[in-house]
Parts: sequence; C-alpha cells; structure tokens
Amino acid sequence: MTGTNSIRETFFQECEELLEALFEGLADIEAGVSEDETINAIFRAVHSIKGGAGAFGLDPLVQFAHKYETVFDAVRSHTLEISPDVLGVLQRAGDQLSDHVEAARDERTLNEGADAAVLSALGDLLGGDDADDEPEGEFVFDAVGIGFDPIVVDDAPVSTGGGYKIKFTPTAAMFLNGHDPKAIFALLREVGDLEITLDHSSIPPLAQFSLEEAYLSWDLNLTSEASEAKVRDAFEFVEGLCAIEISEVEADGSAGAPPLSIDPPASNVAEEIVKPAPTPTAEVAKAPAPIAPTPIAPAESKKDKSASSPKATLRVDLERVDRLINTAGELIINQAMMAQHIEELSLPRGSAIAVDLESFKQLAREIQEGVMSIRAQPVKPLFQRMARIVRETCDISSKQAKLVTEGEMTEVDKTVVERLADPLTHMIRNAVDHGLEDPQTRLDAGKSEVGMVRLTAAHRSGSVMIEIADDGGGLNRPKIRDIAIKKGLIPADAELSESEIDNLLFMPGFSTAETVSNLSGRGVGMDVVKNAISALGGRVTIQSVPGEGTTFSISLPLTLAVLDGMVIKLADETMVVPIASILETIRPMPNDLQKLAADGDLLSIRGTYVPIVDVAERLGLRSRRERFDDMVLLLVETETGGECALAVDDIADQRQIVIKGLQDNYGQISGIAAATILGNGKIALILDTDALAASNQDRSVEISNVRNRKEQLDVAEAR
Amino acid sequence: MLQKQDSSDSSNLEFVAFLLGEQSFCIEITQIREIRRWSPVTILPHSPRHVMGVINLRGAVIPILDLAAILGFDSIEPSERHVIIIVQIGEQICGLLVDSVSEILSVRPDVVQDTPSLSHERGEQSIQGVIATEMGMTRLINLDLISAIPGNEAA
Repeated sequence: MTGTNSIRETFFQECEELLEALFEGLADIEAGVSEDETINAIFRAVHSIKGGAGAFGLDPLVQFAHKYETVFDAVRSHTLEISPDVLGVLQRAGDQLSDHVEAARDERTLNEGADAAVLSALGDLLGGDDADDEPEGEFVFDAVGIGFDPIVVDDAPVSTGGGYKIKFTPTAAMFLNGHDPKAIFALLREVGDLEITLDHSSIPPLAQFSLEEAYLSWDLNLTSEASEAKVRDAFEFVEGLCAIEISEVEADGSAGAPPLSIDPPASNVAEEIVKPAPTPTAEVAKAPAPIAPTPIAPAESKKDKSASSPKATLRVDLERVDRLINTAGELIINQAMMAQHIEELSLPRGSAIAVDLESFKQLAREIQEGVMSIRAQPVKPLFQRMARIVRETCDISSKQAKLVTEGEMTEVDKTVVERLADPLTHMIRNAVDHGLEDPQTRLDAGKSEVGMVRLTAAHRSGSVMIEIADDGGGLNRPKIRDIAIKKGLIPADAELSESEIDNLLFMPGFSTAETVSNLSGRGVGMDVVKNAISALGGRVTIQSVPGEGTTFSISLPLTLAVLDGMVIKLADETMVVPIASILETIRPMPNDLQKLAADGDLLSIRGTYVPIVDVAERLGLRSRRERFDDMVLLLVETETGGECALAVDDIADQRQIVIKGLQDNYGQISGIAAATILGNGKIALILDTDALAASNQDRSVEISNVRNRKEQLDVAEAR
Repeated sequence: MLQKQDSSDSSNLEFVAFLLGEQSFCIEITQIREIRRWSPVTILPHSPRHVMGVINLRGAVIPILDLAAILGFDSIEPSERHVIIIVQIGEQICGLLVDSVSEILSVRPDVVQDTPSLSHERGEQSIQGVIATEMGMTRLINLDLISAIPGNEAA
C-alpha cells in the first residue's frame, strides 16, 4: 500500500521535526531559559508523536510517549519541579524516545532492558502516582479499523444545566495527522458532562465510498459551566483540521448565542491534558482511517501550531532541487561560454552587449547562489545529536562533560550535514573519552570536575569551520609517538615536529586507547574521520596545548556542487586543482631543486625537503621530466599530514567551477576527482590532490625517511 | 516501442546503419540519442585504448569510445568528417566514434538473423545479429556488451 507508506514516511519525517523541537526545548531548559511555553512546546511535540504513532499502531512507541508525556504534564502543572536530576532523566528519556521512533521506522524492536530502565526512572519522577500508568485505551487501536455502526455514547446523562451544543466534523486531514476524536471527547468530558451522537448520514453507498475521505460527524451536547474558551481548548490540537460549530445552550435547553466561529488564538494553550477516559469501555465509532498522500497540508498545519517555528516552509522532493541546481550550473557554464564568444568579437569597450552580459552574469550567479541555498541546512539537528553522544559517552566512561554548542544556525549543504554525522560523532566521543581527564585528575589540575566540550560552527570566507574543542589534558605526544613506532607507522629514529606527531592520529591503524573501550577503538580510527572529511572537500587540523586541551578544526566547503579552482596547464591539457587543497604555489629557483637517487626529486623549502610529484607522468600523459625548474610547483598536504609538491606546467586562471561527476557515465579514475566544463565548452579534469600525493608515498618511503633525518628545524605548519 | 509512425507496418524495427572499417553496422534507433560531428575530446588518464576521452554534451560529461578498437579494427584517426553516435545504454550515456552514418533501415523483426558462429572472430560477441540489405549485410551492435567492457562500467 503505497498510500499508507507515504503517510508513514510523512509521519516519521514529522517525528524528526518534533524530536528536534523536543531536544531544543530540553536544551533551553538546561540553559535555564525555559518558560511555560517551552514545556508546552515539548508536551505538544511528544503528544503529536504519540498521536501519530497511535494511528500506525506503533504500540511500544505510544506507550513510551504516553509515559513521557505524563511526566511533562506534571511539569506543566508544576507538580514536578525540574531539577538537574529530573532533567537528566528527561534527556535520557528523550534519547530513548528517538530510539523508539527509529526502531518503529526500521520496524525493529528495541532493547527492552534500556526501555524498562528509562520507564521506571520516569515512573519514579511521577512518584506513587502511577494511576495512569496503563497506556490509554483510546490510543491503542488498529490503523484501519472501520466501525460503521453508530454507537451513542450515553455514559453521561443529559443534564438540564447550561452548556454548549457542538457540531464536530473532522476532515480527512485530521485523521491523517493521527488525531482521534475520542481524545477530544475525553478532554470535553473533563469540562463537563458530555452526550455524544454520531451523525453518519453522509456515508455514501459502499460503491462510492472512498477510503480517503472522512464522512462522519458528531453532535455533542456538553453540559458545563466552563467558559467557552475552555471548550475550544479541547479542539486545540485539531484546529484547522475540522469544522466545529459551538453554540451556547441556555439552562432551558434552547440555543442562545449564535454559533461561534472557531478561531482561538494559537497561544491559548490548553491547560487540560489528555487523561484516560474515566470509562474506557465506551467504544466510539471511528471514521474509516483515511488514506491520502497529502503530506504538505498536515505538515504545515503542525508547523502553524508550534510557536517555536513560525516560518512557513515547503517540503520539496530533493530530486527536484538537484535538477534545479544542475540547470543553474548549466546556466553558469553557458554564461561563461557566451562571455568568451563575445570577447572573441572584440567589440568596443562599453558596448551595450557587454553591459547586458555583465548583468546577465550577475543574475546567473544570484540564481546559482539562491538555488544552492535551498540545499543549505542549519547544523542544529546535527549538533543536537551530539549532546546525546556526550551524555552516552559520559555514562560509559564515567567522566563528566558538558557540551556547549555555538553557531547552530550555520548553514551547510544538506549532504555535508548528513555525511558529517559519523565523523563528528566519532570526534565527540574521542573528545570525551580520550580528550577529557577523569574527574579526580581534573580536580587535581585545578579544573572543574565537569569537562567542557565546545562544538562550534561558523562561516569563514567561503567555507564553514567546525571546531571540536575539549578542555582536557591535551595530546600526549610522547605516547602517540611511541605507539606509532610500536605499530611500525614511523621509524624509531624519526624526528617529528609537534604537528607531525599530532597528525599521526590520522594514520590508518592508529588508536591511542590502551584498553579498547566500548566507545572508541571500535575499528573506526581517526583516519576514517579524515577520509570522510576529505571526501567532502574539507580538511581537519589539530591544535593541542598540554594541560589545556585539544581542538580539532574541520574546514568544509559551503557546497559540493561548486568549488574555487586553479586552472592549470599540464601537457597540453587544461586541468583544475581545488584551491582549498593548495597550501602554496612556488616557482622554484634552480637551487631549490635537489635530486635523490635516479628518479627522486625534492624541493627545498624553508629548510625542509618535500618530494615532488610529476603530475603529468603520474597521469600517464608523458614520461617523467628531468628538470622541474621551468614548472610551477603546488604545495599540497598529504593525507598523513606531510607535504608534497605537485609539478604542473603553468597556472592559467583562478575561477569558480561547477563540479561534474565522472561516475555516472564513466567511472573512477585514480588521481582525478571529477570534471568541470570551462568557458570554451571543453571539459577539464579536476585533480585529486590527495590521491596524487598518496600515489607518491609507496615510492617515497626512503625519501621521507631521509627527509625526516635531515629535518633539523622544528618547522611549524606552513599555514 | 517505436516513435516513428510513417512505416507501413508498425511492428517494423528501425536501425541506423553506419560504416566502420569498410563494413556496415547498425544500432537500433531507440537506443540512439543523437548523432553529431566529431569534436576534440578531453583525454582521460589511465584509460583503456578504446576510450578516446570525454566531451561536453550540453553540460553532461560523456565518454567517447572508439568503436573500431572495440571491434578489433585499427583505431580511427578522428577528423571533422567522422561522426559520433550518442547512445543510451541503461542509465549510461556514451558516444561511439564511427566513419559515417549511411542510412536508416526499417525491417521486420524476423529479418534479423542470429550471428553466424565463427570461432576465431574477434568482434563476434559485440555483434548481436546480422541483417541482409540490398547493399549486402549490416551487423547489429550489441550495446550491452559495450557497456560492460572494462574501463567503461559505471562506478
């Protein structure tokens, strides 16, 4: 049933947003900036998850969410004060809730032990008041139950007192959102005595019956002295999803006031909570579960309700966006080609066409930027997940740590955000597990026993900087060096600078943990982190001060579709090198160049010797050059943190280029990252500097050893 | 299946016939995206002999294959007179360099004969079948095999 599946998908998408809102609220509470509205927002988020889960028959999720919701209800009604301990439980339960959502999405079952532990912790918060421990009967129903028989719920006798006459007609969208009329009736019952009559007159003959429509409506007689606002509050969650007519009934039973339009202010938050109906035996007929893939409407109505995200948003298929991005890329290329052709005409300066072209160029670039920004997403959800990683790591490593995040609204390309999750998780774990000392050591060193991990994001000149900083003991360089020697990664007599030692962490097969803990050292080393970031066109650097802490800085491109490139000439071919990977360009003087044995060439730069890679030879474009003094050398960093000079014929230009994958129609080529299209319409290949530099390493082992021995100066990194 | 309707018999198959190394070959018209004149390519490093390079086809990077080399002829020295046939094989698009395009054939499906088996023929597997024409014989290229040759598989 594709219809159901797409609704399911929408539900889980919404769950993600709701969980985000939940964690945002929890973070606000932690930061001490919470208001009543924060709790309300959290409550609504959990409640919406519960409601949706109920519609899909996801019982474990419903049960957990219910318990969780009950606790927030207690907080809301101020019967439970939030202390740090309570907050801890709430956060853990939030983690568990997101696990539940994930498990439900993947149709797995969760580890019951963890679940029970969290549930009992939540139960403890509620004290002995476990009266409503049972999951609400009204939420446990199967998703496609169809009850055609009208049942009059007559558990409340008709009263002669004043009250309201309510005509309640849900739309299909209301059921789509997982709302249950029973929940509303239960709320109304708290306001007063309720008499419910089902109006099923609009159900068509079976032949015309559509599963996607809602046909039922209810006539409600509410006997209550409560204010009309109270009555409307019951409908808060379904606002906009149903037609409601409320008319006041005088004590004598006649309709007094004219029908009231239902448009309560959004801030008017219900004080009533969903509690189990006093008589759960009441079986109210439900409209057939509507099935209609209309994801946008419910999403937006949800949005409107949530005060924390007032901006209207649109959910768009990613493929459509990517197609648009592609076309915008074409536009840029096309514009460059036109510019070139017009230049060839050698028109007089200031001619109309040149002016037009200039504004066209401007527009094309604006379109390109606008389109790229569609894919941009704040790193906030990613950072929120890291808070959980810190909590879990603390639990296992019995350390105390606090995560401080900054710049959460910094926007990065969606793919970058997605692919950053794993490396970042690993680095955060490392920061807590390896970076921070245990509480006693910290106290001895005169620090607070709670360690601090700072996660910051910021835009910096066309790239995004993400920093993971801990205030721990800093890198233990002698230990790192010993391990590297023991593992045969470096020769025992190698003399390394501090930054070179730090960079040993990124070598494949390196792990500093002496005991492989549960967290780190699960086979994913920092080399994987580095590779993942390089694959995104970024780079990682380490700064570490003994006793003060370690900072890992990740610099990432804003987008993956466009990059700043240096256009170079190589054996009659035009190629592009990403500027991000070039540390320095050098026109060598003859005495900067040194030979090493038959086919080794070294560049002398500020006292060190750097191996030279003849790119043209490596790509098989021509045989190896004997001399490099008429070439340009591009100094790049190798994956292991060393440096390497790529020899190219000349530098032609520097420009923004649109990346075109080679994989679709051809495949991977070693040494080539991708392709691009130049202004003349020809294709230029983009060099993969990491691969080119790495290809040098097999043959340059001896060279680098010599280099290490020769290296007398402790040279700081070129940057 | 076929877009053209001018044919008297709509069940007919249509093929584009072209010349390569003085032999006639053909490709089913539904697999052909377009036919264009040779234009200089960007050479790919470490590519096999039959991969000439890539061209820019309205923003897409398309590899150009030397069909002659695949079929075991001498490689063509490309010039302005040569023609590139852009074909779509599954999700993949590539260009095939040929000498010249000769005609469009419309034949009944049963006219396509199985390739006679020749134990020593090098390019035999690349030929899916043969079609007798007034001019002699044309050989139907097996594009699936071309997409599967080394150096050309999509990553």
